[in-house]
Amino acid sequence: MNSTILTIAPAGTWSLDSVHSRVDFEVSYLAGTFKGHFNEIGAKLTVDGEHATLEGTTKVASVDVNEENLSAHLQGPDFFDAERYPELRFSAEDVRLDGDGQVSVDGELTIKGVTKPVTVTGTVTAPIADPYGNERIGLNLTTKIDRTDFGINWNNPLPSGEPSLANDVTILAELQFVKPGEES
Amino acid sequence: MTRILGISGSLRRDSHNTSLLRAAAEAAGPEVEFELYDGLKEIPPYDEDDDVHPRPASVARLNEAIAEADAVLFSTPEYNSSIPGQLKNAIDWISRPFATNVLRNKPVAVVGASTGGFGAVWAQAELRKVLTAVGARVLDLELPVPHAHTRFEDGGLTDEEIRARLAEAIEALADEARQREGLRAAV
Repeated sequence: MNSTILTIAPAGTWSLDSVHSRVDFEVSYLAGTFKGHFNEIGAKLTVDGEHATLEGTTKVASVDVNEENLSAHLQGPDFFDAERYPELRFSAEDVRLDGDGQVSVDGELTIKGVTKPVTVTGTVTAPIADPYGNERIGLNLTTKIDRTDFGINWNNPLPSGEPSLANDVTILAELQFVKPGEES
Repeated sequence: MTRILGISGSLRRDSHNTSLLRAAAEAAGPEVEFELYDGLKEIPPYDEDDDVHPRPASVARLNEAIAEADAVLFSTPEYNSSIPGQLKNAIDWISRPFATNVLRNKPVAVVGASTGGFGAVWAQAELRKVLTAVGARVLDLELPVPHAHTRFEDGGLTDEEIRARLAEAIEALADEARQREGLRAAV
């Protein structure tokens, strides 16, 4: 479906509007879903007509969970180990921006120094012209990983013996990319 | 030069665990500077009402000693299947404030001696658990020294196998500290 790429995302290098983008994670914990996000994110989408590539990073130290002690725990060796592995990284050489707005991406995700293939799915908006002379598209992507595949094994058993923290983690990226318009 | 601080969980003058740390100091290579902490007995019981600035001098001293060390080697006896209260109490002081405590990311390793047949193996596991909880970089090693009273003479280690394993533990700890130093220098 490479022929549809041009209709969805014109060729060129698209840079991330990080202010209007988010990378969140969600994981079942105790009796609910725990959510957090990363404040420092970066990404680049390159479309050359034949194919599109996507690269993104988040700074582990920017993990935002609204509680200083929990943030420190997440950055420690039990979880992301920010000192040793300061970034999470995603890269994909083959981004399929299908004509119906659906996106499927086979890429590689690196967490805590472990790189694994992942399939990411989601949607892409049709390009719009924004008020500032840019072309702009939105990519909403999600994937589910097993955190233990990346060496993040912390848990705390419930009195029942069941783990309190699930292994499956959903990662959600809501990304807006911009590119200078043709006439700017 | 890698600075390793040794902390013995035993207060007794002729403690096997303190002797084990002295043996570790001797077994350390020339690139390791080993300091034995000797103020555990002076640490007061943890009381949040006392956890104010300035902190008790004994606590401030321990805090500073850990902060200045590149790594910490603990040697713990086993009291009732766990670690001595005074050692736990000291770590409780040091663990605060939790998010920025001086043990956070600090490479640490745990060894232990007991006069029984198991070499404080449960206490070592308990101590690794506590150190992990406070955010230290805990090495995945254990060095149980059982029947400790048969392995020292006038405080000196007489068991060559234990000495070799102690040297390995020190080297692993120093390696971890050097790796961390490299990472921090690269940032």
